Amino acid sequence: MRNQFVRQLNDLNIKLLKMGAMVQEIIEVAVKALTTQNLELARKVYELDDDIDNIELEIELECMNLIALQQPMAKDLRVIGTVLKIITDLERMGDHAVNIAKVVLEIGEEPFVKPLIDIPKMAKLAQAMVKKSLDAFMNADIELAREVANDDEAVDEIYEKIYTELINKMIAENTIVKQATNLIFIGRYLERIADHATNIGERVIFIETGENIEIN
Amino acid sequence: MSKISVKDLNLFYGDFQALKNITLNIEEKKVTALIGPSGCGKSTFLRSLNRMNDLIDGVKIKGDLKLEEQDIYQKDVDVVALRRRVGMVFQKPNPFPKSIYENVAYGPRRYGIKTRKQLDEIVEKSLKKAALWEEVKDRLSKSALGLSGGQQQRLCIARALAMEPEVLLMDEPTSALDPIATAKIEELIVELKKEYTIVIVTHSMQQAARISDETAFFLMGEVVEVDTTQKIFTKPRDKRTEDYVTGRFG
Amino acid sequence: MTKKQIQEKIAFTVLTMTMFMVVIPTLLIIGYIIYKGIGTISWEFITAMPRKGMREGGILPAIVGTIYLVMGTIILALPLGVGSAIYLTEYAKQGKVTRLIRLAIMNLAGVPSVVYGLFGLGLFVYFLNIGTSILAGALTLACLILPVVITASEEALKSVPQSYREASLALGATKLQTIQKVVLPFAMPGILTGAILGIGRAAGETAPILLTVAAFFLPRLPKSIFDQAMALPYHLYIISTQVPNMPQGIQYGTALTLLGLVSIFFMLATVIRIKFKMANRA
Repeated sequence: MRNQFVRQLNDLNIKLLKMGAMVQEIIEVAVKALTTQNLELARKVYELDDDIDNIELEIELECMNLIALQQPMAKDLRVIGTVLKIITDLERMGDHAVNIAKVVLEIGEEPFVKPLIDIPKMAKLAQAMVKKSLDAFMNADIELAREVANDDEAVDEIYEKIYTELINKMIAENTIVKQATNLIFIGRYLERIADHATNIGERVIFIETGENIEIN
Repeated sequence: MSKISVKDLNLFYGDFQALKNITLNIEEKKVTALIGPSGCGKSTFLRSLNRMNDLIDGVKIKGDLKLEEQDIYQKDVDVVALRRRVGMVFQKPNPFPKSIYENVAYGPRRYGIKTRKQLDEIVEKSLKKAALWEEVKDRLSKSALGLSGGQQQRLCIARALAMEPEVLLMDEPTSALDPIATAKIEELIVELKKEYTIVIVTHSMQQAARISDETAFFLMGEVVEVDTTQKIFTKPRDKRTEDYVTGRFG
Repeated sequence: MTKKQIQEKIAFTVLTMTMFMVVIPTLLIIGYIIYKGIGTISWEFITAMPRKGMREGGILPAIVGTIYLVMGTIILALPLGVGSAIYLTEYAKQGKVTRLIRLAIMNLAGVPSVVYGLFGLGLFVYFLNIGTSILAGALTLACLILPVVITASEEALKSVPQSYREASLALGATKLQTIQKVVLPFAMPGILTGAILGIGRAAGETAPILLTVAAFFLPRLPKSIFDQAMALPYHLYIISTQVPNMPQGIQYGTALTLLGLVSIFFMLATVIRIKFKMANRA
């Protein structure tokens, strides 16, 4: 029953997945631009972000139409409400990727004050979290959603480490303050991306149980 | 493609003007919903599309009402032939007190199909289209009045489809049904629009939203706004439409 | 008990009593006739010709005459009555004229039967020169029961849900097809109720028969519808008032036969009615 509505919900999910893939890509590109100091790639991040903004609007409109025309109830309503929030999280992740790209452009070709080890590690983790959270949403997998929360702790830890390390370096050597601060910012952005992934995980739990919980 | 085009249609019951300057196009193979408060003229308009208003004494109609290229209010129009092209399903399921088979075969028999084989085919095809065949195929000779309300209404749809109409008019077809039967009919309507042009009057805005492609909002005998259903329910142009769909009417 | 409860009780008692006041006389009459007449009923009584100035023998000619009259009346009145009822409900534009016609029909129902008899005598017997005959009688009785048939048929037609007519017309049926295939079958039980009432009257009327059909004494069966005939009610009247030294048993036996005959007609009509009703449900 309600075949049409079920089909439309499916389409919505597929679009959301597509947006998720785009966000994973933008993070990947931004971090690659950083590690390779590739300004061309950094500029590409801006373009990718435009695409993300567009698809966000598209999904938002679709959600509105579904609510207006199909009067979803109970779980259907929670799913659509959640999709509306998830796209905001995803869009914010895209913005953070842009912020990273901005920093990359600012650093330019200037050599790094220290070899980048923890930041790529953090980026990997954050990317994995985005993927996991979306997988959890698609498969309605509460366990996976909880895992995302655990990963967030690991990301926070690495961020703490980067932060302390760079502060110490700045105290010892004041000529690197500018770049070091920028690198701290990048850590901060990646940490925020991980937070948004955690939010998505929380919402998956909300859809499945109807309960709103704060994991962290 | 417009299947039905209406231009400046005015309808009077005696001195009372029930429809005022209705101009409206009904798209082929789409579902067009007519919404509006009670007494706004939506049912009257629907009934002017197959000239059912002719049955009421003292009705006067002016204006153009074209089914494809034919003006259906011309003097030489054969009303019986028109009603075969434009079928109708009513508010309350109204199967005849006859068998399921005879209900579906009623129309074809009237226009002269006599052989059992042909009738059997029509009955089966129509019941299948109305998604009722599986439920009734073993009791075609049983009374139609023994069916549930939802089944009766689908039988009425099958009965109308047996005429192989081009347009199907539905006058609040689910208002007497429970939610599950309603959902089945709605599903059926979405399915039927692949082959038929459907015009449905409904009191339920939600129903209009769910199943229609185009929506026309009627108020006091006038069409206030007609647009895609999506527009009407998300960003109508007219303040009165907005008030009605948001429930702030009155 | 409160005041209201007492009022309830009184009302209930009074209404129950009125019901018994209606039923008891009816039962008494029927019981009395059966009691007095049953002894006379025999095979000979219903199959033999009357003899000796009707004081002996049977009443066969009267039975046959009544059957002819009732059948003739129904055959004439039913199509006519149903036809005009169809016209009035389905075709005529509702307004002053139809209201006037309905008023006239209602008034006709109130006209005393002897007036019908006189009318029949004048029109059918003399003016149309049919003569005193079964046909003239059936025509007269048909006029007499037409109002009943029309009124009952109209009610029956009006009780056909408008939605059936709409459904049929919307399916591209013509008006005539709609009336034939949907309206009439559905209205049939109601129409037959009217017919039953008509039968009762036609079988029981004396005055019109007296003037248009009757033979005082005719110890043979009618040869055709143009023949005179005896009829039970009139026969009953004659043997009760006109023939001296009439054995009482024959009078009550005749009355009982008339009752029985009418009951048979009722039962026949009821069976047909039920058949139609079942068909409507099927």
